[in-house]
Amino acid sequence: MDPSLFFHRFHFAFTVSFHYLFPQLTMGLALLIVILKTAALRTGDSRFDRSARFWGKILGLSFAMGVVTGIPMEFQFGTNWARFSEATGGVIGQTLAMEGTFAFFLESSFLGLFLFGHKKLSPRMHWVSAFAVFAGSWISGFFIVATNAFMQHPVGYEVQANGALALSSFWALILNPWLVWQYLHVMMGAVTTGAVVMAAIGAYYLLRRGDEEASAEVRTHAEYGKIFVRTGVMAGLPATILVLFPTGDFQAVNVANHQPAAFASMEGIFETAEGAPLAIIGQPDMERMRLDNPIEIPRFLSFLTYRRFTAEVVGLRDIPRDQWPDNSPLHYFAYHIMVGLGTMFIAAMLLAAWMLRRGTLYESKAMLWVLMLATPFPFIANTMGWMTAELGRQPWLVYGVLRTENGFSSTVSSGNTLFSLLGFMGLYTVLGILFLFLVTREIGHGPGMEPVPSGHGAGGEAGSMPPPSGSREEGR
Amino acid sequence: METLWFYIVAVMIAVYVVLDGFDLGTGILHLFVARNDTERRTVLQSIGPVWDGNEVWLLAGGGALVLAFPRLYASAFSGFYLPLMMVLWLLILRAVSIEFRSHVDSRVWRPFWDVTFSLSSLLLAVFLGAALGNVVRGVPLGDDGYFFTPLWTSFHISGDELGILDWYTVTVGVTSLLALTYHGAMWLILKTEGVIRDRTRRIAGMVWPVLLVLIALVTVLTFRIQPHVPERMNGNPVSYLFPLVALMSIIASRSLTGRGKEMGAFLTSAAFLALMLVSVVFGLYPMVLPAAGDAASALTIHNASGPPYAMWVALVWWVPGMILVSVYTTYVYRQMRGKVKLDPDAY
Repeated sequence: MDPSLFFHRFHFAFTVSFHYLFPQLTMGLALLIVILKTAALRTGDSRFDRSARFWGKILGLSFAMGVVTGIPMEFQFGTNWARFSEATGGVIGQTLAMEGTFAFFLESSFLGLFLFGHKKLSPRMHWVSAFAVFAGSWISGFFIVATNAFMQHPVGYEVQANGALALSSFWALILNPWLVWQYLHVMMGAVTTGAVVMAAIGAYYLLRRGDEEASAEVRTHAEYGKIFVRTGVMAGLPATILVLFPTGDFQAVNVANHQPAAFASMEGIFETAEGAPLAIIGQPDMERMRLDNPIEIPRFLSFLTYRRFTAEVVGLRDIPRDQWPDNSPLHYFAYHIMVGLGTMFIAAMLLAAWMLRRGTLYESKAMLWVLMLATPFPFIANTMGWMTAELGRQPWLVYGVLRTENGFSSTVSSGNTLFSLLGFMGLYTVLGILFLFLVTREIGHGPGMEPVPSGHGAGGEAGSMPPPSGSREEGR
Repeated sequence: METLWFYIVAVMIAVYVVLDGFDLGTGILHLFVARNDTERRTVLQSIGPVWDGNEVWLLAGGGALVLAFPRLYASAFSGFYLPLMMVLWLLILRAVSIEFRSHVDSRVWRPFWDVTFSLSSLLLAVFLGAALGNVVRGVPLGDDGYFFTPLWTSFHISGDELGILDWYTVTVGVTSLLALTYHGAMWLILKTEGVIRDRTRRIAGMVWPVLLVLIALVTVLTFRIQPHVPERMNGNPVSYLFPLVALMSIIASRSLTGRGKEMGAFLTSAAFLALMLVSVVFGLYPMVLPAAGDAASALTIHNASGPPYAMWVALVWWVPGMILVSVYTTYVYRQMRGKVKLDPDAY
């Protein structure tokens, strides 16, 4: 590979992988905060308000990280991928500009009001600002996934005389059949991250509670821990299931139909076969063109993809090598790690929800440990999911239209690219440490001790925080 | 259509300069006008709810650029590779300084972020000005519409090896630094009281005369370095009104400050920035990126523009989109009108 191309690719891969750790948390938490604010508005229970404010602080940090690492993404289309921008700006300029106009202004205007306006604004207006932050972040996700969907499955364009692409149908671009499932899949992945993180911190507060000698603060935090665990599990259960079906399922069918090379690569299928097996584990051996040490379910891949056990799945051997994803083994592992983790999330959430229903979850140390230790895994799963999408798109920038080697900035030398790559690596290392440090501090402070008089209606707890009574919480 | 989008992009960049200009200027002044923690938090809270939204104008303007002039975006962003990477790092450092500073109450933590905030604001003001200088001077565009220049070479503006920084672009950068410092001062005077306002007034008084001298210098230099500007303005003598009214605005701003008309002083400073940009944009039209040397290879609104259908569609959503944006921007500014009242929970 051309060394410039390698550095440009690594530059984008590194900055976007780091970036996406934050928006997934922001988008997930934004929805959960709206749920908490809605519960606060409906019940007048100030603990929901306090929970929302606590998570608002984490959201604020995550949002800031998402913004500062997101700006370089928009710049890099031009700085590192100039020929791609020149060729496709006539199409993707549409979605990128819409993201700025409809999402960024909304988020940035209301985030400040949400974070600092709880005293100035009426409860209803404060709810509106939380909702606007949620809507802004999800609209932003929509336009970015719409841009990516065009690169995965280009529609609504025509090729001009000078070789550049021009938009020919706005609605085709926005209603891209690839977009629907990819967007929902990505969003459910984000809710999974938000839900797991919320449940994990709740579990931490509950595990820390220990016995009678725990301080008042620790005991108060444990009460909030119950709210966090319950909200996280109740949102996490549907989200983890929806990630798999229908969104993930249809996403895979789209890949099989429109990117057969990517499909064969991610499933580790080398031989074309009727009744292809589903590989659960195995290592792709690109020299001998086979999967080593496979554990497979016979015929199952054909069934999953085409709903018939005897359907034919094309293997890599029957696809010209210049059409293969050029990092096929990494692509295969990314996909399998994502699916494996996703399956475990469903199992963990089902179990936790069942124990929640039986009323044993808050006392089950084992399950609380599982929830707490789950924290990093949705981030890994989401990253692997994007790697599956993006490595599978190779060797194309726009699938079937523009190859990656024709899209980078040929005027920017590899030395200059390496310079800025190292700069970003250093800066992002520092940012990552600072983020973890500040989030850890916020978790240490917790949702606070002193009871807040709920400004509206019922509740009105004076004095000490009453423990949440089981009956009030059931059925919400 | 290209002309319309040319003006749309120009207006969005002008709005960016006027809005983010005051919070950049506030950042530059931060260390000088606010000495203790309470004062510094007051300064930060004066821009706290709006700086992020102000910066979005840069992103939205960038998005409009990709849409309407993909070749310009591709050429300029790859050609200005190094300075843009540094602008990104400065934007990152500045944003995290504002957001992280008040999370930890410590004499080690907060001063560190105060200095980072001020320094990154200062360098950004210089870089944005130098960028404008480059766009006016022109860059060594090749036949394919691309170029690449190092950060600096010999600092001469003629010769084969142009750099991003030369004595002209650095002069524009310093002018931008002073103009944004003055603009930030007008904002701080409007939003604060007491000792911060007194110090800011004093600094504004020192900056103003230097700014006037630099503006005169840059105007003369620009007319010599980019002959297209005087040609175009002589062709439409009415256009001399733009720089003339800009000059009147900055003079009015000074006199309004003296008379305690804080809002008027801020608005005239904003008008000054916007009109100076209008003058430049008008002077360059229809070029969007002039070529150094061979004027014929310049990128213009005609050879750099995107497909017409995309621009039509975009206009359909852009107009209601901007109406929405102005509604909630107005709402946010209304929520924070008047002098800053220190909120213990924020910044």
